[in-house]
Amino acid sequence: MTLHPMIAALRRHKAGVVLIALQIALTLAIVCNAVFIIGQRIQRVNRPTGLDESNLFLVSQQWVGAPSGDDPASVDKLDSMQQADLAALRSLPDVASVAPINSLPLLNSSWNGSVALQPGKDLRAGNARTTYYFSDEQVLSTLGLHLVAGRAFTAADVQHQAMHDQRGPSIVIMTKALADKLFPKGDALGKVIYLNGDAAPTTIVGLVERMQVPGVGSWTNSFTWNATLAPTRLNANFSRYAIRAKPGRLAAAMHAATPALYATNPMRVLDDDSVKSFADIRAEAYRADVGMAILMGVVCLILLAVTAAGIVGLTSFWVGQRHRQIGVRRALGARKVDILHYFQMENLVIASVGAVIGLLLAVGLNLLLMKHFEMDRLPVIYVLTGIVVVLALGQGAVFVPARRASNVPPVTATRAV
Amino acid sequence: MFSYYLELALRSLKRSPGLTALMVLAIGFGVAASMTTWSVFRAVSGDPIPWKSSKLFVPQIDMWGPKGRGPDSADNEPPNAMDYTDAMALMHAHRAKLQSAMYQISPSVVPADASKHPINVSGHAVYSEFFPMLDVPFLYGSGWNADDDTQRAAVAVISGKLNDKLFGGANSVGRTLSIEGKDYRVVGVLGHWNPQPRFYDVVNTGGFSIGVEDVFVPFERAIAMGMPNDGNTNCSEIPSESGFVGLQRSSCIWIAYMAQLDDAAAVSGYRSWLDGYAKDQQTAGRFGWAPNNRLRDVPAFLDQQKVVPSDTKVSLLVALGLLIVCLVNTAGLLLAKFLRRSSEIGVRRALGAPRLAIYAQFLTEAGMIGLAGGVLGLLLTGVGVASVSWVLPKDIASLARLDFSLLTLTLLVAVVATTLAGLYPTFRASRVQPAWQLKSN
Repeated sequence: MTLHPMIAALRRHKAGVVLIALQIALTLAIVCNAVFIIGQRIQRVNRPTGLDESNLFLVSQQWVGAPSGDDPASVDKLDSMQQADLAALRSLPDVASVAPINSLPLLNSSWNGSVALQPGKDLRAGNARTTYYFSDEQVLSTLGLHLVAGRAFTAADVQHQAMHDQRGPSIVIMTKALADKLFPKGDALGKVIYLNGDAAPTTIVGLVERMQVPGVGSWTNSFTWNATLAPTRLNANFSRYAIRAKPGRLAAAMHAATPALYATNPMRVLDDDSVKSFADIRAEAYRADVGMAILMGVVCLILLAVTAAGIVGLTSFWVGQRHRQIGVRRALGARKVDILHYFQMENLVIASVGAVIGLLLAVGLNLLLMKHFEMDRLPVIYVLTGIVVVLALGQGAVFVPARRASNVPPVTATRAV
Repeated sequence: MFSYYLELALRSLKRSPGLTALMVLAIGFGVAASMTTWSVFRAVSGDPIPWKSSKLFVPQIDMWGPKGRGPDSADNEPPNAMDYTDAMALMHAHRAKLQSAMYQISPSVVPADASKHPINVSGHAVYSEFFPMLDVPFLYGSGWNADDDTQRAAVAVISGKLNDKLFGGANSVGRTLSIEGKDYRVVGVLGHWNPQPRFYDVVNTGGFSIGVEDVFVPFERAIAMGMPNDGNTNCSEIPSESGFVGLQRSSCIWIAYMAQLDDAAAVSGYRSWLDGYAKDQQTAGRFGWAPNNRLRDVPAFLDQQKVVPSDTKVSLLVALGLLIVCLVNTAGLLLAKFLRRSSEIGVRRALGAPRLAIYAQFLTEAGMIGLAGGVLGLLLTGVGVASVSWVLPKDIASLARLDFSLLTLTLLVAVVATTLAGLYPTFRASRVQPAWQLKSN
């Protein structure tokens, strides 16, 4: 089949052709970028935090009328209150282990600073940004962190200090990602570093495989995997406890936590939000991403449906308009399949033109989003897949009207319209 | 004549129900997607205090200098909040008509009923001028006065919600409230007040907040009681002293500030005062750099802080794209539909109908499709706005709502857009040569 007569025929209804091609082009441009957004969000949501997330929950509480924490005696008082809570939680039958901690990955509350290889380096000019987790000797087992080198904290390592106290820890465990950034040769273990521009040295005693920072906003993108664990209980008027329930006993352990804490000291605030499973923390952290992915998915489905329906509608009209010509072709010896192919081919030509324009539009839209909305560059594979999809969509949509055309009997040629 | 065109349009639409349904569906979905995302965008980009936002200003002082901005900062933007020293200097200078430093607090409140557990409330420590400056509505009582500020009086303003919870909704002015274990006298109960975005403290709330502000206490009282800051603390260097007192002596930023300046003269006066202040600090050796201040009004500050989430903008953009595709689709289908009736047009024209009449007839038809699509779009927008609440983050989703203006806009967009989409097909229809059509039949 030669394309020449087809293109000559298309010239007769330019406007319709232009409109379909434009529609396909816009659909391709939007769908490519929307699917890319969906892909990115899914990738973000699925990245592991480094924690063993099942059977893990967090308790956040606040004491009423707690000591200020500004003088040593009140810090000690706060610490003994925290220790009492820890003892109460650890004695619960469904609890495997408990660690006091200032935050958790995906929890929107963080303490961030910098790590430098020299003392006294300015806070913002350190060699790497990091988030800090302050906890005790049970942190690795409670969070299910995977120690890849060195040792865990022991009870003897653990200090306590007021939250606003700026003294740094003498030893830390850090993530492998952060260690590799500071010591690219991979010999971080046992090395000395300086935290937050401090003059006092800190020794790296252990490395964990992976641990995410608390924040999920784009401002954390530069240090998502840079975490430092300090063997320090922080004393303030509030505290947080990460709790690992015994396997399968999560609900029971979560249920028992509040009464146990009230029994220890009733003058505290514990509300509906105070006891949270890690699954809930995760769902809340990524709610915006999941929502965006769903929204983009819905828009893509509507777009593809509207475009397919548009092709069906316009092709049906053309078939109706050319009834007589089809009859003439059939009468002159064209087979049904020739008519079918004619309309399929015609759609392929239009869709291809649309796809080429759409490719340019997709890249243009991506550049616009990159410029204004922190988007990444659209990988070619998305556009290529998108082209295949719109071409397939066109062929699928054109099939029904094209078959109807192929069923036009040759005798139509002899009748007036 | 219009009713005649309506009848013609109805007849024509009935003749090909499939095609009509297709166009109505496309318009309906396109409009609904745009309107749903628009409702979210409108909610987050709105002016929280439109009658006054151009008179409310957020001063920024560069207490960190170029070093504090870090190596990867391109602009020369000073920190977006204040340290204690500068906030106090601005308060004491008292150069604006009304002003207030403020910080976020989250104290515990112990109910009088001993059988109930303590609860956590959120709020702000503010100065007395906060309430008149932001036109905060009171249900009972009022804010405290300037003497209460300086005397660090144990007074509090509470929300209507907290008043319902603790005092059963009665007028609780003069009654006692236990905050962080200390007694405070209630001086005012707020009416409904939940401005979004939280323009007076964008830095600490991130713009939007699900919770209501339950309690306000005098700033200097909160400082004296060591009521800790519940919001963000940002430091460019480690404070040399520890504790809450150490934080107050550091250059760490954790205080929001707002000032009311009524006219251009007041604004420029305040601006030059800020520059003078920064210059004094430079002379005193506290700042090792030239004055670098900002004084933005509320809309400009919200814009600079990028309060509208980029996801919201991208969604709106994509939904508008969807609407355009739906319109192109409708234009194509209308073209097909109108040209199929070339012979009918030929007869009308031959019988003396002017081009204008053809325009009127076909635009009426397009408008009717738009109206039907708009009605469908209304239903779908309702569904969309309702489902937004379990798709988007709670703080934003709760702001999107269906109201009369959104409904009107939905119908209007549908009708106007479809009529526009019908323009070219109608133009083509009006160009039909009557002689040709009559001949070929």
